[in-house]
Amino acid sequence: MAALASTTVDLARAQFATTSIYHFLFVPLTLGLAPLVATMQTIWHRKHDDAWLRLTRFFGALLLINFAIGVATGLVQEFQFGMNWSVYSNFVGGVFGAPLATEGLAAFMLEATFLGLWIFGWNRLPPRVHLATIWLAAAGTWLSAYFILVANSWMQHPVGYKLMQGKAQLTNVGDLLSNEFALIAYLHTILAGLVFGSIVMLGISCWHLLRGRNIELFRRAAKLALVVSVPATLIQLSVGNRFGEAVTSQQSMKIAASEAQWNTCQPCGFSLFQIGGFSPQHPSPSFSITIPRVLSWMGTGSFSGKIQGLNQLQSQEQKQYGAGNYMPDVRLMYWSMRVMAMLGVLMFVVAAVGAWLYRKRRLEKARWFLWAAMVTVAAPYVAASFGWILTEMGRQPWIVQGLLKTSQAVSPSTSTATVATSLGVFVLLYLALGVVDFVLMRRYARVDPPHVGPETAAPASEPALTY
Amino acid sequence: MSLEIVWFWLIAVLWAGYFLLEGFDFGVGMLLPALPRSERERSTMFESIGPVWDGNEVWLVVAAGATFAAFPAWYATMFSGFYLALLLILVCLIVRVVSFEWREKSDSRRWRAVWQWANTVGSFGAPFLWGIALTNLLHGVPLNSSHGFSGSFTDLFSGYTVLGGMATVFVFAFHGATYLAIRTGGDLGARAGATARRLSAPAILVAVGFLAWTVVAAHQRNSRGILPTAIPAALAAAALLLAAAFAIARRDGWAFAMTGLGAIGIVATIFTGLYPRVLVSNPVFANSLTLSNAASGHYALKVITIVAAIFTPLVVLYQGWTYYVFRRRLGGEPVVMPAARSRT
Repeated sequence: MAALASTTVDLARAQFATTSIYHFLFVPLTLGLAPLVATMQTIWHRKHDDAWLRLTRFFGALLLINFAIGVATGLVQEFQFGMNWSVYSNFVGGVFGAPLATEGLAAFMLEATFLGLWIFGWNRLPPRVHLATIWLAAAGTWLSAYFILVANSWMQHPVGYKLMQGKAQLTNVGDLLSNEFALIAYLHTILAGLVFGSIVMLGISCWHLLRGRNIELFRRAAKLALVVSVPATLIQLSVGNRFGEAVTSQQSMKIAASEAQWNTCQPCGFSLFQIGGFSPQHPSPSFSITIPRVLSWMGTGSFSGKIQGLNQLQSQEQKQYGAGNYMPDVRLMYWSMRVMAMLGVLMFVVAAVGAWLYRKRRLEKARWFLWAAMVTVAAPYVAASFGWILTEMGRQPWIVQGLLKTSQAVSPSTSTATVATSLGVFVLLYLALGVVDFVLMRRYARVDPPHVGPETAAPASEPALTY
Repeated sequence: MSLEIVWFWLIAVLWAGYFLLEGFDFGVGMLLPALPRSERERSTMFESIGPVWDGNEVWLVVAAGATFAAFPAWYATMFSGFYLALLLILVCLIVRVVSFEWREKSDSRRWRAVWQWANTVGSFGAPFLWGIALTNLLHGVPLNSSHGFSGSFTDLFSGYTVLGGMATVFVFAFHGATYLAIRTGGDLGARAGATARRLSAPAILVAVGFLAWTVVAAHQRNSRGILPTAIPAALAAAALLLAAAFAIARRDGWAFAMTGLGAIGIVATIFTGLYPRVLVSNPVFANSLTLSNAASGHYALKVITIVAAIFTPLVVLYQGWTYYVFRRRLGGEPVVMPAARSRT
């Protein structure tokens, strides 16, 4: 029975991990591409230059293909809390439900309604009003991200609540909304969105530059992508670091695991790379490259700061919460952190080199760079996925830090077979959707941007390249 | 009136909004295989709901989110208990969502047929299953003493709940036809009107049977008096009868308003029959989830009440404006927009 129950937990976790990571392949591109498309349309509106209208249409088509699948997979997220995690839902609803409901009513409504207006409003709305619709839709996506992260951050660092009759109840909405964790996670996510949008836009533009068609057009797109990606990737590195400090003070176990730091240290060196050292039996790596004092600085902001070790935290938590293993998967945490951070650095380097080449007017001639920028399109996807693995798996064994364990949170009425069926259905469906989405994105990223003259600016019934 | 009661009715309003709005876009999806005589007409049908379906669907997202926030125990038991039904609903909604965006991405006949059918299957499946899910709240499912679900998937199907699913499908199809009658022109619009008239009789028959059974079920399963549930049931039935009369009299706008009221009436009847419980337990009635044992704390309810008071009117305003913007009939004479209206 116990073994069966633990299988249900594992399957429910597998489903949550699969569907969340998948959902978050599409969400950040929407977060970034929506304001970028809005910016392109604004430039067109201001400069009356049809090149920007063509770019708006071109990247708008990609935004919409991507948006559709984000919406479709978002529904699953909202439903599966109740379906697979009814004990969790019942426990957190009094706190967690409020930002979730607010997201729907205040943000998602805005996003969905105004995107519909934007898609079909090209010739029905005055240009200025039509421009406002894409900005409102973009604002909706940003607002939506905020409320979702308020909800998620409460699971990482619960604030503004009281336990009443075994359930968490909200007592201070100000604390919930200004949760330090939520604010920094929000900044991190919005920047991730801008990195996604600009890196994808840069990669696509470079493909067209490499092919040598529509050079004038895609040089402009590349410039806009670089103007956004250079600061976004740079600021992201420092925000990511600042996020690390917040985690260090609130979720010490997560940071200790992601650094494979078995024992408390002061000052602490940052391990760049190591072989072994991921299990309590063999805590010392057989090979490692370590930069002295850097972990202290990253975790605490001071080069002589103290970072608590896994072993010490384990015995502390056992004292506080009773017997059990309170360590997440150290090897997975260590590498998730490094893959994410190193890709972050890589994206900054690509953006910076691109900007330098652009200034030297050598961007479209530097074929090696065009290739590199195209390959870099994969980087934000991988980085974001590992970011969520770090955030969610680093909190284990807790589903709500310090309050409720994941193993106790699943729906008692749901059988292993049911969860297995559901996981299978989602894996197959998402694979199929992923293939179609990839084919469509590829095709629409490669077409020549539609020409828009006075006659063709009205695409209402023309099929292929319109929205 | 306590906030629990406010939120019970607010959630009813959100479901009513969902039935009113997504009801017709589901209906349009159901009519896709039958109504159009050309690819162009099919595209017109897609375009008639293209700008609005996504906003319509958010009413469902908010209804589910509001249930989570205001009545966590209701959300937890309903969603875990109706598991497989919700899984199927999700599949229906997902394939339908992507069909809108993806169908037009290629001119290939087969490609377009695939996504049209994805839309149609989703448009039949989701309302049928929502009908079953909502009627089960009232009809009752086995709950244990801690209000958890203790039944199985097959417990969700009974004569009454299946009729509930069918009534939802028929009323939405009728509602979709009256919508197309006012939103499309030419031959397509005329045929949509004729379809509405043809659908009216079976829709009324199934819906009236369902509404009457709901009154009985509320009495037997939830010990409600006959009168409170009978009033919304009678109003819903009257609205559907009027819709048929208006459709026959070619008063398409009124017919659409009445099918909309009929869709709202179904939700109103179910929720009136459900009050003051949120999920009836059967056979052990004492284990039922009620407004008081399912609700969040007072403070959280106060917070979301303020949020709802601010944003619900705003949503109604801007979604209303969307319908105003897209009020022009589609698909009669090809509409050529004057170039001067677009920036050149």
